Amino acid sequence: MVVVERAREAYASGRTRSLEFRRHQLMQLRKMYTDNSNTLLKALVSDLRKPMQEAMAMEVNEVLQDTTYILNRLDKWVKRQAVSSPIPFDKSYIYSEPYGVVLVMGSWNYPLHITMIPFAGALAAGNVVIIKPSEVSPATSSVLAKLIPQYLDEECYQVVCGGVSETTQLLQQRFDYIFYTGSTAVGKIVRDAANRFLTPTTLELGGKSPCYIDHTVDMDLAVRRVLWGKLINLGQTCIAPDYVLCSEDVQEQFVKKAKAALHEWYGDDPQKSPDLARIVSERHVKRLESYLECGTVAVGGRCDRSDLWVEPTLLVDVAKDSAIMQEEIFGPILPFINVKTHAEAIAFINKRSERPLALYVFSREEEVMEAFVQQVSCGGITLNDTIFHFGNKELPFGGVGGSGMGSYHGRYTFDTFTHKKACLARTYNPIIEKVLRARFPPYTEGKMKVMTSHRDRGEGRGLLHHLALLTTHLLALALGALLYYHLYMD
Amino acid sequence: MEEKMAAHEQVVNKAREAFLSGKTRDVEFRRKQLKALKRMYEENETAFCTALAKDLNKPRQESVLLELNLLKDDLTHILSRLDDWTQPEKTPPNLVTIFDKPVIYHDPFGVVLIIGAWNYPVQLSLLPLSGAIAAGNCVIIKPSEVSPATAEIIADLIPKYLDNECFHVFPGGIPETTELLKQRFDYIFYTGSTQVGKIVREAANKHLTPTTLELGGKSPVFIDDTVDMDIAVRRILWGKCINVGQTCIAPDYVLCSKGVQLRFVEKAQEVLKEWYSNDPSSSPDLCRIVSDKHFDRLAEYLNDGRAVVGGDVNKEDKWISPTILVDVSPKSKVMSEEIFGPILPIVNVDSPYDAIRFINEREKPLTLYIFSEQKSVQKLLLSCTTSGSCCVNDTVVHLSVHDLPFGGVGNSGMGAYHGKASYDSFTHRKSCLIRNYNKIADFIGKKRYPPYSEKNTKFLSKMLQEHSFPSLKYLPYLITFGLGVASVFAVQEIAKAVGADED
Repeated sequence: MVVVERAREAYASGRTRSLEFRRHQLMQLRKMYTDNSNTLLKALVSDLRKPMQEAMAMEVNEVLQDTTYILNRLDKWVKRQAVSSPIPFDKSYIYSEPYGVVLVMGSWNYPLHITMIPFAGALAAGNVVIIKPSEVSPATSSVLAKLIPQYLDEECYQVVCGGVSETTQLLQQRFDYIFYTGSTAVGKIVRDAANRFLTPTTLELGGKSPCYIDHTVDMDLAVRRVLWGKLINLGQTCIAPDYVLCSEDVQEQFVKKAKAALHEWYGDDPQKSPDLARIVSERHVKRLESYLECGTVAVGGRCDRSDLWVEPTLLVDVAKDSAIMQEEIFGPILPFINVKTHAEAIAFINKRSERPLALYVFSREEEVMEAFVQQVSCGGITLNDTIFHFGNKELPFGGVGGSGMGSYHGRYTFDTFTHKKACLARTYNPIIEKVLRARFPPYTEGKMKVMTSHRDRGEGRGLLHHLALLTTHLLALALGALLYYHLYMD
Repeated sequence: MEEKMAAHEQVVNKAREAFLSGKTRDVEFRRKQLKALKRMYEENETAFCTALAKDLNKPRQESVLLELNLLKDDLTHILSRLDDWTQPEKTPPNLVTIFDKPVIYHDPFGVVLIIGAWNYPVQLSLLPLSGAIAAGNCVIIKPSEVSPATAEIIADLIPKYLDNECFHVFPGGIPETTELLKQRFDYIFYTGSTQVGKIVREAANKHLTPTTLELGGKSPVFIDDTVDMDIAVRRILWGKCINVGQTCIAPDYVLCSKGVQLRFVEKAQEVLKEWYSNDPSSSPDLCRIVSDKHFDRLAEYLNDGRAVVGGDVNKEDKWISPTILVDVSPKSKVMSEEIFGPILPIVNVDSPYDAIRFINEREKPLTLYIFSEQKSVQKLLLSCTTSGSCCVNDTVVHLSVHDLPFGGVGNSGMGAYHGKASYDSFTHRKSCLIRNYNKIADFIGKKRYPPYSEKNTKFLSKMLQEHSFPSLKYLPYLITFGLGVASVFAVQEIAKAVGADED
């Protein structure tokens, strides 16, 4: 495929290895965002009728901040890391090397953010990148396809638009890394295709992210935080709180407060509010409609296929094995499953076949929060809020089991797209060589004793490390004292 | 067959139940298991050496130094750091999270499958095990059937030292492994060939199981004329001859000029005689080829060039002498497949640039060896090629440096282990952001709610803006510095006060 050949040649040219080149590209990328923020906003709004403020806050601002974050730190990240060598005069390093030709497959729900954050990291790591944005968000994809060649090196960074057949063709090519965001089903297909060439992958998939609430919380705050996480992008967020686990009492309180909050936010007729997005396609509206039969509608429940509209809905009396509890909802319907204790909630979550991408726990009790953190395996957790762990660049974001493999954000994106090459540099120092000759044949017990006694047992860090730390502190203390004495006491 | 099939499901179910019981979550439990594992190596040295001798005719020195010692040292390394590693990681605070607590917890994946290889059957089956245990997983070990004596002793000893519900050995051949791979694991660690690596990963993909694959390839050695040839030859031949070349990071082939080749071959003849005498097949210090199939494969390679050293074979004994081949065509079989035997072909290149071109035309190797005293040449080769790892002026020993992650890239594998990298491979890092109901924090947080306004969006964007803050890493030192200043000030004041009293 021409696109991949071109990418490979561009990589072979070696220009992406230069730090200056990468910095320049990142600055161009930043310029692309600032010059075209309106165009991007329009496209995002057009694809999902995303509210302007959501498009601004969660997409355009995010990708812009990300380039600044990387530029502030890239010099540090690309440096080789020295590690300790057991043998004197040896030097050991870990180098961060790009993989080569990277494929980044975007998703339609946050089409700018989810495509461009991995892209920026892959670029920063020195790779050449082919972006395959989702065809389900065509306006954003075509804006990216138009702008990227205008600002960035055309051969190193290419955009391939298209549907299933173009994607299939692309996946038959050889890549050195594939980063995919999307559904679990397609994630498996991508990894299978990658496996033909033993291409490593990061898969950011989905699942049902549970939300546990107990009675110890500030219910006003909790309700708003849960509803906010659920209703941004009209529920089409991979880490939206999918369903709630709580007692009947909490459920009652929640529903009452939710009615008030929803009214405060969206008025009498939420369909008329400019602050709610739309469902991406009629097929998904149909799917969501069918879920309404899985329980009793406590709030909301109205749909309008022609407007791709599903109202923010709270569903109670939901059976644990109903359809809505089988698949990821990806819409503004919040089912409630009643449990009596947090232990019951944990057991419920752990019995399910797949580990969630996110877990939300609303409680003020240390013991309860600790229990969830220790006993539930999931991608990531936010306690007493939703979504927020996603926004912290120091926290790696990714799934586990059915919700994915690998992680990114901040430095972790750079690390995802670099191969850590270990290097030991030895010398011909004759003294050391004399000892290490004992490894050569003819083998004798004597030689074995020498090799055994001179090996690195790995005890390392204990006393020496702490002594070194203490010394540096003592020096700082002494320096402070000395300086003050010299300045003020003479 | 019906019964055997049930056994696969049984063993995985048992391991899963053991994991769900939660006992491996306890760090003290893990520590106990790791200490017991170490004792297993210490108390059964002879038994292991005997098994290795049976499977590969491995000399005692190689069994002890390249298998058992590595395993013991790795455990010492892990045990002395286990408490550190298992602590949840705190991340540096910043303006946005000033009221929150971001933490990264370490979760085990769950039930791990380790598939070992036959060439270092103890090390390659059990070195990943220590990392998996340290990370809190339950493990099923599938040792290679191509080294049956070692597989047997592992199956015999592990239940005597480790918890029988959490850790299992499941020996068997291809049909048993195929059935085992149909089960669901939470992580699979495989060491072996590229071909089988793909099969393992394909099976893993049915359950979206992440994998580490330690595969192989042709590890090139570049030598120029700046080296101490006596030392260089010894180091390269040692790397090639241990386990009679059946080492994944053995120097596979040499790239050098004709001039260097002449000096290399001359020295090599001398050194090999010194090490193995005129009749290397009678030396107790050389292993044997593991099977007839591999012997036949290697014997054929001898047709791909001219043997200037060695070239002797003995099919009955599965013996191939340390051999150096010259006049080798880059397109020949010996230059297309991983050799995995005591045959060292030499291909001539005129410069490091030619060597780089040659290496880059091929699949990414597991290791690259650079023998040169010139820093510029070392740097050039390092930066213009890619490989799993690299060793300058020696071979193989880089795998004993605990802090260097060991693994491949491209066809030579994915993922890495050794030391902390082992622990990290088997750990899922679970991010956690701890928020609270602090009203001040919520004042900012409230701005995200509808009805949306440009004002609120701008405010939030300003709060979340990326700033270049100085790192808080040196804060402790600044504080100590300040304390130094403060202490002298305090002493001075006290002296004054005492002096004043006396007046």
